[in-house]
Amino acid sequence: MSETHQASLQPNPAQGDSQTVDYSRRRFLVVGATVSGGLLLGLPAIALPNRGNASPDDRQIGFFINILANGEVIIGNNQPELGQGLRTTLAMLVAEELDVDWGKVRIESMPLGLLKTAEGYTWKYGGQGVGGSTGLTSNWTFMREVGASGRLLLIQAAAQLWNVPLEQCTTTPGSVICEKAGKKAHYGELVLLASRLSVPQSTAPLKSMDDFRIIGKPHNNKEVIDIITGKARYGIDTSMPNMRFAVIARSPVLNGRVASIDDSAARKLKGVLDVFHIEGPEPDAPYHILAHGVAVVATSTWAAIQGRNALKVKWQESPSRNDSSEKFWQQNQEMLAGTGQIVHDQGDFKAALGVATKVIQHRYELPFVSHAPLEPQNCYAWVQKDRAHIIAPTQMPSGASRAAAAATGLEREHIRVEMSRVGGGFGRRLNNDYVAEACIISKRTGWPIKLQWTREDDMTNDFYRPGGTHEVIAGLDEKGLPTAWSQRLASGSKYYRRPNMQNENLWEAELYPDDFPKAMIKNFRLEYFHNTIGLPRGSWRAPAHTANAFVVQSFLDEIAHATGQDPLALRLELLGRVEQQPYGNHGGPTMTPGRLSRLLKFVADRIDYGADQAPGRGVGIAGHFTFGGYAAHAIEVSVNRAGSLKIERIVAAIDCGFAANPNAVAAQLQGATIDGLSTALNLEITVREGRVVQQNFDDYPLMQIARVPSRFEAHVLNYDDTPTGVGEIGLPSSAPALTNAIYNASGVRIRRLPITDQLKKAMAT
Amino acid sequence: MISFRINDKTIQFKDDPATPLLWVLRDHFQLTGTKFGCGIGECGACTVHINGKAQSSCITPVSSVSGKSIVTIEGLAPGENQLHPVQQAWLDEDVPQCGYCQSGQIMATVDFLRRHPQPSDKDIDDNMTNLCRCGTYVRIRKAIHRAARLSRDA
Repeated sequence: MSETHQASLQPNPAQGDSQTVDYSRRRFLVVGATVSGGLLLGLPAIALPNRGNASPDDRQIGFFINILANGEVIIGNNQPELGQGLRTTLAMLVAEELDVDWGKVRIESMPLGLLKTAEGYTWKYGGQGVGGSTGLTSNWTFMREVGASGRLLLIQAAAQLWNVPLEQCTTTPGSVICEKAGKKAHYGELVLLASRLSVPQSTAPLKSMDDFRIIGKPHNNKEVIDIITGKARYGIDTSMPNMRFAVIARSPVLNGRVASIDDSAARKLKGVLDVFHIEGPEPDAPYHILAHGVAVVATSTWAAIQGRNALKVKWQESPSRNDSSEKFWQQNQEMLAGTGQIVHDQGDFKAALGVATKVIQHRYELPFVSHAPLEPQNCYAWVQKDRAHIIAPTQMPSGASRAAAAATGLEREHIRVEMSRVGGGFGRRLNNDYVAEACIISKRTGWPIKLQWTREDDMTNDFYRPGGTHEVIAGLDEKGLPTAWSQRLASGSKYYRRPNMQNENLWEAELYPDDFPKAMIKNFRLEYFHNTIGLPRGSWRAPAHTANAFVVQSFLDEIAHATGQDPLALRLELLGRVEQQPYGNHGGPTMTPGRLSRLLKFVADRIDYGADQAPGRGVGIAGHFTFGGYAAHAIEVSVNRAGSLKIERIVAAIDCGFAANPNAVAAQLQGATIDGLSTALNLEITVREGRVVQQNFDDYPLMQIARVPSRFEAHVLNYDDTPTGVGEIGLPSSAPALTNAIYNASGVRIRRLPITDQLKKAMAT
Repeated sequence: MISFRINDKTIQFKDDPATPLLWVLRDHFQLTGTKFGCGIGECGACTVHINGKAQSSCITPVSSVSGKSIVTIEGLAPGENQLHPVQQAWLDEDVPQCGYCQSGQIMATVDFLRRHPQPSDKDIDDNMTNLCRCGTYVRIRKAIHRAARLSRDA
């Protein structure tokens, strides 16, 4: 891969789609008929400009609605599905407005749809990609409009058929009726006629929320039946004619480059077809793919892995060879002794601190962590002279298209990207490095190939959540309320090695200035220090919120305990100071602190907060605003004299505005809570002599069912009519609720994650 | 050549006898419901039944299953358009999120319930070690109890 190609890749596809013009998506809706006489609403190939130049693969039909003559309804889904239940929820939006029986709905996946226009690439099926908990919100209106347009077409067809005015017709689920004329027709009977009409020019009116039959009601995931019978197709399950299997040998030391390859033994192995060197980025250069390694292509996955084991690769001396976690944490402490970059400063922090009745100061440490989705990275690619076909488990299919274009030199309209089901994302698959790798290998060999990462590849070549050391200093008044607040952070920014990134902007990925409690405290300062280590960085579910919520929510409890206040009362006091505040970071434009207060009070009430606790028992609470949504946790734990911890009870609550599918929201809240706790308990990526120490789940121990209490409540509390994101919101407050509970049960304050054996050590002394 | 049964069909495997059963199922017989998660028998995503016992296929050389009977998620249901009670419970409780671990969870649960037909929460805690990265454990626990009831009532 050439440098030019790399430079044309977007570093973070989550935010990288600004190049695509946001045309009115409805304008592309086209109506048509299927071969079998069904109604198709979407974008058939005939609407594509320049179709003479298009490869056959470009002429796919993408549809949102396909009503078969038998009344069965197939709803096309344009978004990746990684477990958030989005395919089901988006189909609910279409089905609601289309007015069909939910039981008759089937869901099919659409490929990436890009249109090349004079202004650049634009979406064919609306924006596609999931990150930042926006999957539902960005499609909330669009998908309902699609359904409403389909319904209007069917009504128009019926009115024409019966020769009655449009206004006299309405629908019941699956049928158009005209009471006045005493007529009723099933959708299936109308599809042929409707398919000859043109898409309504004006936007069809959307239902009032009071009339929802499907949206807002809990629905099970439509795809579970495929999952539990082994039929669901993930990227790793791709099998194509003549497909070969590839793995890549990667440097054990971060940023290592190949010095020499002895592949003689590998090539002698049965099934090994080819071995070659892949160029990766220069150390320290901006990166999009990580691999600088040796590809092994074989007739099966196992043969490829055996071939890799037989390789003798000499690696160059890496500039990261002396990196270590120990050094990183030490450097953070040294940095915090000095002065950093003041990135936010309101009021007069120093003066307010000088007159404070009491000053509280603590340091907290959050480790680097890995995404570790259970499906290791993989990608199918077949790069031909004039086209490429990609099947990838990705959160960002447009990023996959860009990665493929950069790796192949093909124009993006000749690259067909299909999205398989995704075996977990958590932000890892915002990066499409594995897509670029698969394309490089297929291009070089000319074969259709499936690239497979092993677990060890995945754990040691991740875009890790940054680790950092936080120092918080607060000046308190005579009532113990903070009048001055400073958060100082030394970390390895997520924006490290991002192209076109200025050093003075590195902090922006790590501190979100408008987060609580800035608006509640007059003298407020944020300070940042950037530390380096050779680990690549990326977005990990609820990115910096995971760290900042832990720090702020722990520190609030420390203030409360140091001043004899109740931690819940202190939170409510601060949150009560502001009715609504501007919020300039992702999830804005405003934040309403009262919504967080409501949740905190709710979870406190449910867990019987304030009740006397037996010795060794404690309840902790925490709450946080993330990406437009609010969540709070109350957790009860027991800690015995040996420091053995048991989570006894969890009450979690989320306010995502309006829950389109409360069942899916509850599932996300359960999962995000456990993700937060699992990570807080035991997960950390460390570096020794430039190598990632953790290799697999034996030394990166995800939580097992035994640690999840059966007393686990997940509450979904609606607030208004506007859905917000969900996937990340339930995560940040779970860890501090746990450590606050641990303090209340044991008197031990956990200021460093993961907890691992800290509690046992503290109780032993 | 190694001969064994997969989902009631006798099959022969002629390739490398050291190949883990997982990759034989996936690459050679397209039984992709059995998943690759870790390759070291740690996560359970590759769980299949070997002579009725739940085992990690990723650390089971195919040579060791010669003459044995393998059941994968694809062969668990008693018949076409039917579900095993554990699958039914998983459906009813709407367990999966990404779903990648779930065939392994189901295969592990079937074996677990044979040994513990009426399990307590502690039985579950002591025996169920399959990893779920999405954290569907709350619903897995419910589904295990439901499956136990369904099996009992059947």
